[in-house]
Amino acid sequence: MSERHAYDVVVIGAGGAGIRAAIEAHQAGARTAIVCKSLFGKAHTVMAEGGIAAAMRNVWKEDGWQVHFRDTMRGGKLLNNWRMAQLHAQEAPDRVLELEEWGAMFDRTNDGLILQRDFGGHRYARLAHVGDRTGLEMIRTLQQRAVELGIDVFMEYTLQRLLTDAGRVTGAIGYKRQTGELVLFAAKAVVLATGGIGKAWKVTSNSWEYSGDGQAMALEAGAELIDMEMVQIHPTGMIWPPSVRGILVTEGVRGDGGTLKNTSGKRFMFDYIPEFFKAETADTEKEADAWYTDKRNNRRTPDLLPRDEVARAINAEIKAGRGTAHGGVYLDIASRRSPDYIRKRLPSMYVQFKELAGVDITVQPMEVAPTLHYVMGGIRVEADTAATTLPGLYAAGEVAAGMHGANRLGGNSLSDLLVFGRRAGKSAAEYAGRASAPPAANEAQIESAAAAMLKPLGAGDGENPYRIQSELQETMHELVGIIRDESGLKEAIRRIQTYKERLEQVRVPGGRAYNPGWNLALELRSLLMVAEASATSALMRQESRGGHTREDFPKTDGEWGKKNIVSMRQGDTLVQRTEPLPIVPDELKKILEEGAKSE
Amino acid sequence: MTSEYHFRVWRGDVSGGAFQEYRVPEEEGLVVLDVIHRIQQTQQPDLACRWNCKAGKCGSCSAEINGHPSLMCMTRMDEFKEGETVTVQPLQTFPVIKDLVTDVSFNYEVAKTIPAFKPKPREADGTRRMYQEDVDRVQEFRKCIECFLCQDVCHVIRDHEDNKKSFAGPRFFARLAELEMHPLDTNDRVALIKQKHGLGFCNITMCCSEVCPEHIHITDNAIIPLKERVVSEFYDPLAWVKRRLGL
Repeated sequence: MSERHAYDVVVIGAGGAGIRAAIEAHQAGARTAIVCKSLFGKAHTVMAEGGIAAAMRNVWKEDGWQVHFRDTMRGGKLLNNWRMAQLHAQEAPDRVLELEEWGAMFDRTNDGLILQRDFGGHRYARLAHVGDRTGLEMIRTLQQRAVELGIDVFMEYTLQRLLTDAGRVTGAIGYKRQTGELVLFAAKAVVLATGGIGKAWKVTSNSWEYSGDGQAMALEAGAELIDMEMVQIHPTGMIWPPSVRGILVTEGVRGDGGTLKNTSGKRFMFDYIPEFFKAETADTEKEADAWYTDKRNNRRTPDLLPRDEVARAINAEIKAGRGTAHGGVYLDIASRRSPDYIRKRLPSMYVQFKELAGVDITVQPMEVAPTLHYVMGGIRVEADTAATTLPGLYAAGEVAAGMHGANRLGGNSLSDLLVFGRRAGKSAAEYAGRASAPPAANEAQIESAAAAMLKPLGAGDGENPYRIQSELQETMHELVGIIRDESGLKEAIRRIQTYKERLEQVRVPGGRAYNPGWNLALELRSLLMVAEASATSALMRQESRGGHTREDFPKTDGEWGKKNIVSMRQGDTLVQRTEPLPIVPDELKKILEEGAKSE
Repeated sequence: MTSEYHFRVWRGDVSGGAFQEYRVPEEEGLVVLDVIHRIQQTQQPDLACRWNCKAGKCGSCSAEINGHPSLMCMTRMDEFKEGETVTVQPLQTFPVIKDLVTDVSFNYEVAKTIPAFKPKPREADGTRRMYQEDVDRVQEFRKCIECFLCQDVCHVIRDHEDNKKSFAGPRFFARLAELEMHPLDTNDRVALIKQKHGLGFCNITMCCSEVCPEHIHITDNAIIPLKERVVSEFYDPLAWVKRRLGL
């Protein structure tokens, strides 16, 4: 181990949750480091487009945390951890205002306050935003705050294994991408903020970083995961040309008036309004269009149903032969809003389509199809503290689970990062403050991890990691995608086992310095662990709910709705069990049942 | 016979390197980054490049393509002539680490020298009000994705390594302009901009604005207004007298 560092709190990941956690831990007096795979400021948060959901009541006075809580729980098909949904709805407005305090520049209302926009599943216009580049604004603000505070940042360091001793976390090890040297961070507490798992799928809006490192290292160290079957397929990804397939098209397009159409020009979402949302969804085009400006007297357009509903509808239209030649549907804002409005509200969509697809979205409709976007499942955490089931280990953001239940509402991710990033940083600093110094690193643990990390390097014949990854992506897309069934899931699990065996045979040429083939081989190990957890949990859940749709169990099931599926490791084997969901207290149940008042 | 792209990619590290030639089958709608990835996947798994979003939002995949500083993810292959050889090399202003990856830590060091945003007190009702027309000009600079192409192309640092000690570069003039024009900010950075950040070195050749993938008017909207502020603070005789008299 050529490089060793010691901190009170080590935060792994530098997206919104990681940086927010580090800021909080640092401010609480803990010696804190941020360790991230890419350059600082490039994490996945930068790609978030639409906005940060927070009931700030700048546009609609009727809004309030109760309404936001209810929307979140119903959007998650009630599989959410109620306490997380409550804390999130209550604290999100303060977290947004705090960003403004640190220099963020949100779009404004006419009287100078933060403007809020409509998004799927949210009853009121609620998303604080900056055009369609809100994630960039958020990450830059947090990044600049971290620089101001002088927090140590280790860029292009990949940490993939946790060290434990006597049942607690003692640090993490990995490698420095630029040189390939192995590194060790000793820590009293570790915060995982490593994001999602999308790179296990073929069509995804996620970047190479989303390889499930955090979920995998937590699992391996003895922490538990929940809801790994719950992945979000975003309804609108780009589809043509092939090289852009999967790149996200913000829900803000529909929030700002865009509508989905099939090849005969029909606004098909009116045919897909589920019973669960009937009472609150417009059933005529007239009412849907009127809703944008008058929310008191009209119900929400079905174009803005929660993402799982819209993705399934698009999938069904394409399967029924009403899709485009490229296998998508149309998303049209050109015929509904003025070119100036579109360019002002959706500048990066305008550029993205113009430059990558040669489509002018102020004139032509976009072609879109579902793309894997997010995982609701992840590391099991305690709502108030973000503590995992392993002492000293905390998790926040996409890597953690519970907040979004079976489906996440758009805009709830950026707010989740801030609310629970802060809570994780605070808890980790407190834990570090009362913890004794970590025991000296277990050298045997380090040596065996180091040997395993170096194993794929070397000349000679062997498997190509890119080939295994691409086969895994095909398998997950085809068999653990938007629609699943028992035989497909069993086949996926079988194939994942064969990929694991093949991973043992991987050989990558070249040295250790900045070697993407070697780096991928190490990430594949994480990807296969999370893919297995996702497929096996999907096989276990015999119902359809949110991001999990079983062709052989097409209905939601009341009994399954009361259970989380917990994944954990016993020795080298992944095992699952069910556990009852935390019970919603009566006063919150009332909000869910009766609808909500803001005051 | 299927057609192929002809690529020349710089391979090497701090000890030296050379261009190597690759051929990749043509496909519809590819960008340069896709072709680099094809080379990684099928020919050279250790070919190093940075990338993240693949949609021009993160600023990771900066390189020089046929000598022009560009994002690889936003450079479409159909921009090149049939059969044209595409040459890809790392940013020349920064030290190479490996292949297309350079050490851009200079930029992160400059960022640390900029005094942070310091807001004035809240309004009486506890809010902070800013109007869209005031916010617009600051938002232009906040579109910056930190691809550092402007830093790469700027001849002040590209041609004179020594200047890095006393010149912040266009990216950070945009950052400084953003802070100076922020309606709520109270910090004064004008002396620093002149002395430490070396604004005077810039002779407004506008190369930075030309390569900016976000089309930020760095020269017109950031650098020139900052130069005007420096001038009125340091070279306006009336302001000089006022300062001397402590007015």
